[in-house]
Amino acid sequence: MSALTQTTPGAAQSDAAPEKELRPPSYWPFVVPALVVVLAIIIFPWVFTIWMSLNEWKVGSSTTFVGFSNYLRLTSDPRFIEAIGHTLVYTALSVLLPLALGTFAAVVFHQKFPGRGFLRGVFIMPMMATPVAIALVWTMMFHPQLGVLNYLLSLVGIPAQLWVFHPATVIPSLVLVETWQWTPLVMLIVLGGLAAIPTEPYESAQIDGASLWQVFRFITLPLIMPFLFIAGMIRMIDAVKSFDIIFAITQGGPGSASETINIYLYSVAFSYYDLGYGSAIAVVFFLLIVLLAAVMLYARQRMLWTEIANGT
Amino acid sequence: MVNHKISRRTLLTGTAAAGALSLTGLPARAEVNWKKYAGTKLEVILAKGPRGDNLQKHVKEFTELTGIQVESEQIPEQQQRQKVVIELTSGRPSFDVVHLSYHVQKRQFEKGGWLADMTPFLKDPTLTAPDLVESDFSAAGLQYAKNDKGQMLSLPWSVDYFILYYNKELFEKKGVAVPKTLDEMAAAAEKLTDAKEGIYGFVGRGLRNANMAMWSNFFLNYGGEFLDAKGNILTDGPEAIAATKLYQTLLTKSAPPGVAGFNWMESMASFTQGRSAMWIDGVGWAPPLEDPAASRVVGKVGYTVVPAGPKGQYSSTYGDGIGIAAASKNKEAAYLLCQWVVSKTQGARLLQAGGGVPFRNSILGDPEIQRGVKTKEWLQSVIDSGKISKLGLPVVIPVAEFRDIVGAAVTATLSGADPAAELKKANDQYRPILERSEKT
Repeated sequence: MSALTQTTPGAAQSDAAPEKELRPPSYWPFVVPALVVVLAIIIFPWVFTIWMSLNEWKVGSSTTFVGFSNYLRLTSDPRFIEAIGHTLVYTALSVLLPLALGTFAAVVFHQKFPGRGFLRGVFIMPMMATPVAIALVWTMMFHPQLGVLNYLLSLVGIPAQLWVFHPATVIPSLVLVETWQWTPLVMLIVLGGLAAIPTEPYESAQIDGASLWQVFRFITLPLIMPFLFIAGMIRMIDAVKSFDIIFAITQGGPGSASETINIYLYSVAFSYYDLGYGSAIAVVFFLLIVLLAAVMLYARQRMLWTEIANGT
Repeated sequence: MVNHKISRRTLLTGTAAAGALSLTGLPARAEVNWKKYAGTKLEVILAKGPRGDNLQKHVKEFTELTGIQVESEQIPEQQQRQKVVIELTSGRPSFDVVHLSYHVQKRQFEKGGWLADMTPFLKDPTLTAPDLVESDFSAAGLQYAKNDKGQMLSLPWSVDYFILYYNKELFEKKGVAVPKTLDEMAAAAEKLTDAKEGIYGFVGRGLRNANMAMWSNFFLNYGGEFLDAKGNILTDGPEAIAATKLYQTLLTKSAPPGVAGFNWMESMASFTQGRSAMWIDGVGWAPPLEDPAASRVVGKVGYTVVPAGPKGQYSSTYGDGIGIAAASKNKEAAYLLCQWVVSKTQGARLLQAGGGVPFRNSILGDPEIQRGVKTKEWLQSVIDSGKISKLGLPVVIPVAEFRDIVGAAVTATLSGADPAAELKKANDQYRPILERSEKT
């Protein structure tokens, strides 16, 4: 919204321009460096990727223009179609779980209790670790015979699980790692939101005799909703493009049970050296991300409208 | 573990013999002029592992011998393969000498024309020591190093045979004999399994892609061939189905839970902890198995060839080579380095440390070098495997796709999928990829 209001004066100026002497605006030398950078590292790679996706382009062979045949190949590629499914499931779970747990953690850590600062610090530690390093540690913990997770389960009488070593449990297990690492981020964002909420609504709710759940559901949740949206957006972007954790732990296995689009794309481009086909996957992947982002933005706009309609 | 004394002496005898030859007035044989390229600087790119270590550790000796400076870097295997291919495609690689995996890259490198032809160098007595002759390399090595036209594009460095590791203690406890056939092995594995105790009869790679290296050994022993005369892929025939059934039985009935996600590392962990009685994998794992700091089965490991199948007994074979980038400006100096890398001295060190097996028969068969190998049973399994060696992967360009697609099908059978149906599906998926790669 603010962007719109900013551009209006500029537009008015350019309307008035024909009356003036024609000369380049004085700010152009300042724009050129940014323009060059954007062209070189964003626009050019994109155009080039699209160009590559229209060619049969294999490392070590000559390239030939093939039109849309790489895209047609995608429609009948079972690995690609499966990978889309895995990506969506993985993304949905690794957005929702950290969001729910992070909100809960934020509400807990918003209370005043002794040692809060220290515990908050401990809680956000996973976020600071290097993903590949923690992935390797988790791989060892997941080991069905020698891992610590099954040992912990055995202490409470739960039979050993196969974790990332079985197709049915591999995605939830990977999401577990992702959740462990990124719940603190959601918590930090939501804590910021909680700090901004005035105390009056809570006082009146207390007087009206609202239960804890009612207070959370009708006061806290609506007020932190914008923050949850931001957190959700950041998580979604991270989860869709998640690569390090999956690659380091399972490389898309067992079989192809945890092969997301990213992992498949990596295989096609860098282990099969099929750059044309890989580019086509990248383009489709990009469109998918744009679509997801559009849905999120639409939902956010809708929320703003309802807020406006409600008079907030 | 490396025995330096012997190897040095061997080198000296070699040189002395060459000197004696020229004195006796036999047809004058020019001597290798080692110092000719002194002052040259070479860049080497290596895959991380014992071969790379062995080179870096002793490369000073090469510099002393030739005056050639060597800069080398080791990169983890997968990343090294990618980096090498990308740089070679660019036409201006940053390295002169490249370490390559034959079983993955042979055809790709040949098609790209990325390696310099070494044939003329090998024939040049001023460049090649008299003991380095083509016939000294094993058949598998030559098959890997030569292209269709018979040109030597690299020097075979280290071979990897698949062998059977077994835990003697567990075998004795259950009174089981070492299996001679695959059927016996399946039966033994079942007998050795005691799930309540957490002991399993067999462990091996279940992870897609990695698993093909072991699966192919079953496939070969059931009489399988990867390609027909026209180059069509044959991995959905009766041999492949039989091999996959065996694989499925072994890994579902007698292997640790979660084996579908095991690569060699997880398999080795299970074996070194004494949790698995048999393990089939490459020959290179004797050092960690016999290392008291890392293993609970030191001194209890038996080494033998992979049991025979109904149609034969083979050892799935893979290997590395060392070649010169076609774009290099220092080919002769690079050749001297390659020659030193596969020399008797270096080969003996590699073998004695258990870090690899030289492709050269004169090294493997040298009694003095053999004496320096710590685990005799291991050495015997290596020598025996060399006699039944057969390439473990199809020699095609899209090897990675083959390993991924057929490997995924094989892994899928571990969660109950039907071998025949999965292999058929994988073949249908792979065939067009292979055709496309051969066409262009």
